[in-house]
Amino acid sequence: MNLETVIGLEVHVELKTESKMFSPSPAHFGAEPNTNTNVIDWGHPGVLPVVNKQAIEFGMKAALALNCKIATHTKFDRKNYFYPDNPKAYQISQFDQPIGYDGWIEIEVNGETKKIRIERVHLEEDAGKNMHGEDGASYVDLNRQGTPLIEIVSEADMRSPEEAHAYLETIKQLIQFTKVSDVKMQEGSMRCDANISLRPFGQEEFGTKAEIKNLNSFSYVKKGLEYEINRQEKVLNAGGELQQETRRYDETTGGTLLMRTKEGSSDYRYFPEPDIPNLEISEEWISEARESLPEMPKERQARYVKEYGLPAYDAVVLTATVEMSDFFQETVEHGADPKQASNWLMGEVSAYVNSEQIELLDTALTPKALAEMINLIADGTISSKIAKKVFKELVTKGSDDVKVFVEEKGLVQLSDPSKLIPIISETLDKNEQSIEDYKNGKDRALGFLVGQIMKQTKGQANPGMVNKLLKEELDKR
Amino acid sequence: MAINEETVKQVAKLAKLEIEENDIHKFTTEIDSIIDMVEQLEGLDTEGVEGTYHGISHHNVWREDKAEKGTDKEALFKNVKTRKNGYIEVPAMFDNGGSEA
Repeated sequence: MNLETVIGLEVHVELKTESKMFSPSPAHFGAEPNTNTNVIDWGHPGVLPVVNKQAIEFGMKAALALNCKIATHTKFDRKNYFYPDNPKAYQISQFDQPIGYDGWIEIEVNGETKKIRIERVHLEEDAGKNMHGEDGASYVDLNRQGTPLIEIVSEADMRSPEEAHAYLETIKQLIQFTKVSDVKMQEGSMRCDANISLRPFGQEEFGTKAEIKNLNSFSYVKKGLEYEINRQEKVLNAGGELQQETRRYDETTGGTLLMRTKEGSSDYRYFPEPDIPNLEISEEWISEARESLPEMPKERQARYVKEYGLPAYDAVVLTATVEMSDFFQETVEHGADPKQASNWLMGEVSAYVNSEQIELLDTALTPKALAEMINLIADGTISSKIAKKVFKELVTKGSDDVKVFVEEKGLVQLSDPSKLIPIISETLDKNEQSIEDYKNGKDRALGFLVGQIMKQTKGQANPGMVNKLLKEELDKR
Repeated sequence: MAINEETVKQVAKLAKLEIEENDIHKFTTEIDSIIDMVEQLEGLDTEGVEGTYHGISHHNVWREDKAEKGTDKEALFKNVKTRKNGYIEVPAMFDNGGSEA
């Protein structure tokens, strides 16, 4: 049987607020276990959860970046379940009135653009973290519990693991540009569950789906989906029937394991959260949020090409992350030539960041310093060879004033004829044979002489100037 | 009957309530009569009346995003039966993905 793959993704993104979704305890990583949590998070009797306004605004911004409509009437609901990572025994979420709905994003796979619809974006709170011991016990840290989350639910519009991968990359990029989340899968601030089913080509009705959890990296998403396609294909091709189930990706085998057959959503006994009054989102607030969104990657790319004359390739690479794009922008604003700024960022800067396995913003390099260095190369103050040395210094130690720095370190390029000519004359006096060779038309002699002069000046002589002056001096002899 | 014994058992299970087998019939009858009573509302004409999601008409009750120190851990842990290295110790969770966040 010829089967078509149908994939929908649920993506959870943690919002970067100071405090939690419904309580003022700190929403930060890295604290001692169970210290960033309070009586509201624990659902003690008599406590009252109160909505974090910033989280609403962040959720709205994310939804707008995904081209969603924003609900003007919205509310929270209780989703009931028992699990130790959520001591309230319910999660406050949004059921039938999500803050964002009817969105879409564009993805690119093999040079083709495809629109993926987004069903909804809703706000909720995260659960705590469980560690499974080998001694018959599990250990719970509730610091993460209550952290604001958005859940982004796509329509089942993806047809291959590659499309799912591209969708995730695009979601990550767009959310990252809004700066409402770190969206780092490796740190858990972005997580993904996938719904996948197969159906004969041409059939409109969806096949029986499996939900895959624990897809905690981009490569797991791809591997897990590929495994699942194979598994379902085998069952269907053997004439078997699939059951609706939840499976877990196992990173050690690259396969998926059955966790449970799926309960219906009625098992969660959703009902309107009585502790939290409804929300009315004004049109003004929505417009404000829309206007506060930064320029998105596609627009930035178009502008880089049009305004700065950059190749489309550069524009795409520079807008891969918001850090890179903002850094580029600021470097240009500090007066650097855009193409030179692009070359340095895509070349030396990226190479350094990759080899050191750090983030751009964790280096000592600033847009101002990079711009100053580029301008010092452009006006001949330093050679591009020396610039590599200067760059090393800027990226590891930093500098407030690159011009002062190169002067102090004696890295300024030697271009002054009154200083170069004596060195050239001296070199010529020592190399009579080369002068003769040059006169006999041996070009190599010129190269040799330039090399000697560069050596004499410890690489600081301006090679263009040396060439010019050297020819003049040779002609005089 | 608006509700049957199977549904009552299922709801009890989801709510982690233990119900004696010979009480099930009694509860089913009682819950059924409650549902019957509430169902009288179906007789009202609600044409043009908007749905009610909340008992009070307040809206937009929220707070600014300011963090405050968590509750003192020792005070919170008075309700924790077993602990280890600052964690709450619980019987091993079968990793069935119960966490729904």
